[in-house]
Amino acid sequence: MPSNLELGLFVFMLATFVGLEVIRKVSPLLHTPLMSLTNAISAISVVGAILITGAAHATMLSKVLGFIAITAVVTNIVSGFLITDRMVKMFKKRPGAGAREAGK
Amino acid sequence: MTAHLVQYIYIVSAALFILSLKWMNHPASSRRGVFAGEVGMLLAIAGTFLAFDVHNWTWIVAAFFIGTAAGIPIAYIMPMTAVPQRTAMSHACGALAAALVGTAEFYQRQPHAATELPGFVMVALVVETLLGFLTFTGSLMAMGKLQEVLPQRPITYRNQNAVNFTLFAIAAALAVRLVLVPTDTFLFPIFAGLALVFGVLLIIPIGGADMPTVIAILNSYAGLSACAMGFALGNNLLVVAGALDGSSGLILSIIMCKAMNRSFANVLFGAFGQVQAKAGHAEQRPYRSAGPEEAASILESAGSVIIAPGYGLAVAQAQHKIRELYDLLMRRGVDVKFAIHPVAGRMPGHMNVLLAEADIPYDRLFEMDDINSEFPQCDVALVIGANDVTNPAARSDKTSPIYGMPILDVDKARTVMVIKRSMNPGFAGIDNPLYYLDKTLMLFGDAKAFVSEIIKELPARVSA
Repeated sequence: MPSNLELGLFVFMLATFVGLEVIRKVSPLLHTPLMSLTNAISAISVVGAILITGAAHATMLSKVLGFIAITAVVTNIVSGFLITDRMVKMFKKRPGAGAREAGK
Repeated sequence: MTAHLVQYIYIVSAALFILSLKWMNHPASSRRGVFAGEVGMLLAIAGTFLAFDVHNWTWIVAAFFIGTAAGIPIAYIMPMTAVPQRTAMSHACGALAAALVGTAEFYQRQPHAATELPGFVMVALVVETLLGFLTFTGSLMAMGKLQEVLPQRPITYRNQNAVNFTLFAIAAALAVRLVLVPTDTFLFPIFAGLALVFGVLLIIPIGGADMPTVIAILNSYAGLSACAMGFALGNNLLVVAGALDGSSGLILSIIMCKAMNRSFANVLFGAFGQVQAKAGHAEQRPYRSAGPEEAASILESAGSVIIAPGYGLAVAQAQHKIRELYDLLMRRGVDVKFAIHPVAGRMPGHMNVLLAEADIPYDRLFEMDDINSEFPQCDVALVIGANDVTNPAARSDKTSPIYGMPILDVDKARTVMVIKRSMNPGFAGIDNPLYYLDKTLMLFGDAKAFVSEIIKELPARVSA
């Protein structure tokens, strides 16, 4: 059986290649929203913060640090997704562009 | 049972995160991308609450409440010109969280170091806290520079790189010692402190013009620290999300470096943008200038116009006036396009967002490589608030500090018009030969005021 470390490295290697391929195809128009989106996604570290704060034997130090950490990443999750949505909504096509330059 | 279920939920979340980034490949599918990301996040959080035996609910709920209350106004009130600062701030928040979780993990597991802190977990923890703390202070510095509460110019002193390197070497040595002997707890605060100081020292020698690259690099670090947290906790969802964030930051910083013809090392250690006092540049060369009336008549009689916007346009708050000009010209049958240099603006893609906010359709925004071939056939190139990215010296003058940087070929258009406050060289202090060409007309004034003047001239002509 592979250890946690080996499995993790395997996943890391694959995810990095997937990431490089997917991000390469992102429209340069959207690089700013992309950054706020990946930021919100990497705030998945909230899972780690919840586990350390919510552990049954959590020390006071763990609770305080975990509390700050959850607050910080939840701010990222909420503001990150909302501001990305606000930005991508702004990108509009020219009205009637489809009719005049079909397929463009 | 639920312990297995949550793993499947995490797999679905990871797939949704990948799809979310995939759908950012086009503006038409981008909203779906954001939605996929949101669903992935909600699933992961809900799954975590269900599967694990979570205690201390008051702490957790209070933190969620404060975070949400802070996040909503940030998302809706933040002006688009301030998005780079917000991005830097969120890198700081994400990195701080990773560092604090790493710290808490260390102290919680340390009493049972022999069983709970095997070597690789300890390696993951020190990487997580090192990257986390240095990205935290580094991002705060970047944010201060972008917000202009800190000086934009690079702060340099003698032996700076040597000092930074020594500091980093000490931090790394402490990290190795902690990995080998996790019971040396007294070393941990020193290690964390060094990481915090190192973040500050890393960013102060970097000038304001390099912030797009710096933000992208910090993005990558923040992602990698989340990734390291995944290794420490044995949680593959964190590893995936962190790797996606890390590779995104990496690609964006490579694009930014290429757009400025720089290497990573040069951005981080080169102290670029230092205003070299060039005394020899006082020579006065002749140039032509024009008023709004002349500019309006040239634009009106043109068949095609390419506008090259720079961050100066956003500083002057001229986006909406540009949009009016764009509408008026398009209605008169003039073909108007926008040429976007990758480093126009203060972070990757920033100029596109600023123009999209002013309702300029995205199919009129063109990347440098796609539009450069069109300048020779274009009647008028209108440069607004951009300087270095239009400087032909980058192509020909080997002594120029920006030699080799890819530029917008505005000087190949039949007529060039440049809206600029004065003949003073711009931010980087580099003189621009474009301004002295025979076909160049300088339009002196504030970008917003001057474009308004041009707009006033245009309707008058139609009724006449």
